Amino acid sequence: MTFGQFLLVAVLALPALGAVAVAATPGDRAGRLVGTVAAALTLLATLPLVGGAYGWFAYGPRPPAVRPWHQVDLPWVPGLDLRFHLGVDGISWPLVVLTGLLTLLCCAYTLWRVPEGGGSGRALVALLLVVEVGILGTFLALDLVLFFLFFEVVLLPMYAIIAGWGGDDRRRAARKFALYTLFGSVLLLVGVYLVVAAAGTADLVTLTGGAGLPRGTQLAAFTLLALAFAVKSPLWPLHSWLPDAHTQAPTVGSVILAGVLLKMGTYGLIRVAVGVAPEGARWAAPVLGVLAVAAILVGGLVCLAQDELKRLIAYSSVGHMGFVLLGVATLTATGLQAALIGNIAHGVITGLLFFLAGAIKDRTHTGALAELSGLRETAPRLAGLLGFAAIASLGLPGLAGFWGEAFAVVAAVRRGGGLWTTLAVLAALGGALAAAYLLRLLRRVTHGRPSPAVRPLAPGLAGAELTAWVPLVLLAVAVGLAPTLVLSYAAGPVDALLGVVSK
Amino acid sequence: MTGLLAVALPGVPLLVGLVGLLLPPSPRGAATGEDPARRAAIALGVAGAAVALLAAVALLVRVGHPVEGSTTWIDFGGLTVTLGYRLDGVAVLVATAVAAVALAVQVYSIGYLKRGPHDDVDVDHRYPPYAAQISLFTAAMLTVVVSGDLILLLVGWEVMGICSYLLIAHDRRLPEAPAAAMKAFLVTRVGDVGFLLGIALLGVGAGSFRIADVLAHHYSTGTLTAACLLLLAGAAGKSAQFPLHTWLPDAMAGPTPISALIHAATMVAAGVYAVARLFPLFERAPVALAVLGVMAAVTLLLGAFAATAQDDIKRVLAWSTVSQIGYLTGALAVGAPTAALFHLLTHAAFKALLFLAAGVVIHAVGTTLMSRMGGLRAAMPVTFWCTVIGLGALAGLPPLSGFWSKDGVLAAAEAAALDDAGPAPQWVGWLVWLAGLLGVAVTAWYATRLLLRTFFGAPRDPLAQPHDPPGLMRWPVLLLAVPAALLGLAAFWGPFTARIFAPASEAELTGFGNSLVHTGGAVLLPLVLLLAGAGVAGAGWRRDPAADPARFLGPLRPVFARAFRLDDVQHALVVRPTTALARAVRTGDERGVDGLVEGSGRAAVGLGGGLAALHRAAVPRAVAGVLAGALLIGLAVALIGVTS
Repeated sequence: MTFGQFLLVAVLALPALGAVAVAATPGDRAGRLVGTVAAALTLLATLPLVGGAYGWFAYGPRPPAVRPWHQVDLPWVPGLDLRFHLGVDGISWPLVVLTGLLTLLCCAYTLWRVPEGGGSGRALVALLLVVEVGILGTFLALDLVLFFLFFEVVLLPMYAIIAGWGGDDRRRAARKFALYTLFGSVLLLVGVYLVVAAAGTADLVTLTGGAGLPRGTQLAAFTLLALAFAVKSPLWPLHSWLPDAHTQAPTVGSVILAGVLLKMGTYGLIRVAVGVAPEGARWAAPVLGVLAVAAILVGGLVCLAQDELKRLIAYSSVGHMGFVLLGVATLTATGLQAALIGNIAHGVITGLLFFLAGAIKDRTHTGALAELSGLRETAPRLAGLLGFAAIASLGLPGLAGFWGEAFAVVAAVRRGGGLWTTLAVLAALGGALAAAYLLRLLRRVTHGRPSPAVRPLAPGLAGAELTAWVPLVLLAVAVGLAPTLVLSYAAGPVDALLGVVSK
Repeated sequence: MTGLLAVALPGVPLLVGLVGLLLPPSPRGAATGEDPARRAAIALGVAGAAVALLAAVALLVRVGHPVEGSTTWIDFGGLTVTLGYRLDGVAVLVATAVAAVALAVQVYSIGYLKRGPHDDVDVDHRYPPYAAQISLFTAAMLTVVVSGDLILLLVGWEVMGICSYLLIAHDRRLPEAPAAAMKAFLVTRVGDVGFLLGIALLGVGAGSFRIADVLAHHYSTGTLTAACLLLLAGAAGKSAQFPLHTWLPDAMAGPTPISALIHAATMVAAGVYAVARLFPLFERAPVALAVLGVMAAVTLLLGAFAATAQDDIKRVLAWSTVSQIGYLTGALAVGAPTAALFHLLTHAAFKALLFLAAGVVIHAVGTTLMSRMGGLRAAMPVTFWCTVIGLGALAGLPPLSGFWSKDGVLAAAEAAALDDAGPAPQWVGWLVWLAGLLGVAVTAWYATRLLLRTFFGAPRDPLAQPHDPPGLMRWPVLLLAVPAALLGLAAFWGPFTARIFAPASEAELTGFGNSLVHTGGAVLLPLVLLLAGAGVAGAGWRRDPAADPARFLGPLRPVFARAFRLDDVQHALVVRPTTALARAVRTGDERGVDGLVEGSGRAAVGLGGGLAALHRAAVPRAVAGVLAGALLIGLAVALIGVTS
């Protein structure tokens, strides 16, 4: 077993063992501490995964299209030809690190503050670690059935987090989240078995590029898989679980949900749906593009008329993920790279926005925009950070959000033709809408005279809050100034994937 | 060394700005100025601007012909984005102007954002973020100026927009400031939609976003025209051209030094500068230039007429900016980017001077309304003479700077009109020329009115005790008066003309020759119009020194005062439909899309409830049901048995 293989297993084993250890630790605070340490170790284990035996230079003109840096390939259920196949490459690694980082920040935040009115903080940390196992497994799996299993692992602990520590209407929101995404999972299951039955293998490395599947199968498989991932991403009009879930989830739940859980959808779309059924992807690309742009515009317009803080940020996610999906839909190298960096940027920025929205709601006990005003008078630092996050979210060039959105538009322009040019224009207009609703948010919340809810706020921030937020602020700036941080390893895998897709 | 200076030019203010943002924003004692954070912010801000100015001057000495340097920033699937600079004579001249105005503003702000005689006791100016945002703003503008890549230019372009948003909203005592800031950013952002698409078209066509590659690439006419028109949308937003000019007058809600920085010397110049930078492309797209010419003529006159009826001294200057930028874009439209850049430089000097001088007046009187000023000449002689120089340059009075540069613009337009010397159709030349000439008379009229209403006659506010400003505010004004008066004479100085003509050297653009100075009979016409405009205003004032000469506008006065009600048009055509659409979409999304989801859930529960109710039956009916079922199954078995 090489060091890389050891790390791959460790990345999944550490949070899993951590969750068990948290549950076994007596004492609430000690348990939370153990969980935070486990999350920190997991993040440390994800970092050295980069590069390795198959560097990006190994991508030649010759298939296979997926050549992981490290992989573990063990027989699992020999009778069904199922394998425990994990691997990491330039497409998945940034997401793996982001997952590790956000989980660590959420655990550290929970160390300081447990949401009121819910269960014990220890249980929350344990559930966060289980969610992390599922998300990391989804990003690492190179076997379709294994992918599906990890995809499903996430569902129930997330349900428990929303239902256990959420807001007033948490049970309904959690139920809606679970049922809606379960509906997507059913489609995924059918799609997976369609592919596995037709191809006779579940190995993603073999499957990528179509594996000789007939056209009809590919169209059906892509439709099923894309619908399943569209629910998770979410793609308009399959998004309506998201605002409820976000509004009711506790702060850390919202952060994980927006930060990395949605990325399972877009990652699955790139790796599984496009990879396994490239002909289906080419066939459905215009529809996907139109829906993505509809998501951008609808998300933006709803935000413009929204009057609840967390709901607004949730709907802004619909718009931002629309840009990511538009990038994927173009099926160009530019678009896919834009989608990858857009994924990371959205995770960082929206994670930060949800942290800040949670902090504001915790302090003022309201999320209604009408009751929030003048934050910069009483809590200038919080207002400054909210301003930064909003500005980053509107895609200001020089910050992380810019690259994904601008280059999704560029990719659509590059694709050319009437349809894609129109989509590019509409998506760019969506960028202006994003500025409109985020500045409206800032004007309502930070400017003006302090409202009664805001007046008693203390100007300071807790150390734990700064610890959780500063890494995200720095990342938003760093990725904005040096996008190669995310994309330097992605060029090879993306080209290889497109090599088989456009064949 | 040149590369290092080119990086330091935006890099140092950027670094200083980022550090400044980390200072405590609103500490105790900020109001009195006895506070270490404020002192640190002042030191950082002034040092950043000073280093930038030094770097710019050093580059001015070193750079004659174009130099470039770049490294790959990121490669998006075959589209290369580079991180690089592209310096030529024009870039370093504009960079010097930007850095000089930024330094003046940083120094001036120390005195301006202090508790004045008219302020409340507990006023708190939050100086550290203010100074840091000015530094960031300077860095962003300098990035636009030196950038050798369209994406990097876009970075500076938008960062400048967000800094202007933050700075306009700075004054917490003004209830209208947040709305004005939002309007400024959103209107320019709408233009930037076009800018981004234009850049995307150019970059996709050339396979690179490097300006040198883009300029060297041969586009089809259709692509080029589309790209240029899209770029113009962005330039119109930033440079406050009709119909995206509406944000600029409202932006006067920002502190006066910010008005000088953003809305006179730098940000509004960015659009013109970007077009001039890419002028070889525009030259090949006469349709785009014709559109630009119409925009310029409309803006020029719109701004000039709107300036005639304002009572707020800052709004007069704001509208005069709109009008003057119209001259710049007009010069571009008739194919004379050099004339545009020359006027850009002189305008930067005299408009910054005018705003800072107006700030002195506002600081001393405690109001921005001219109807409450008057008779300040005796009490504020320094400010008075500086304002005279600034207004003289604005109106184009020889030998002040504005005379030479405006004359250059009018001469180019005249040549385009009479000799068809420009790349755009001849009628564009006529349009720009006539609008420019009419604009000269109107400009002279409102400049004279401003001077008379503010400094002459009897004081209208007996409570005010005006005085010339303290040194920190006086020196920037005095030093800016020097270029405002003399910069025009640089047209006779070889090194200056060599630099401003540098980018045009490879293919001399049009038939206007290689000189910035245009003498001859044509100079007389604007001079006559200038004297006529000033004379009419003076005569009107002489009849009743206490009354506003704007009363002679009659029924047009309210129309001009509200700038032809274009704000209302914008509100009716864009803002209200968008918000209505947003509300409708929200309702549709919640009732329609989500309603379907919730409805299917309710339907499933209802169906289950119905079936459950059916199963809750009394014994006789249940027995009958079981028997009926058994009978049906038996029948089915029998039938299947028979058929098979």
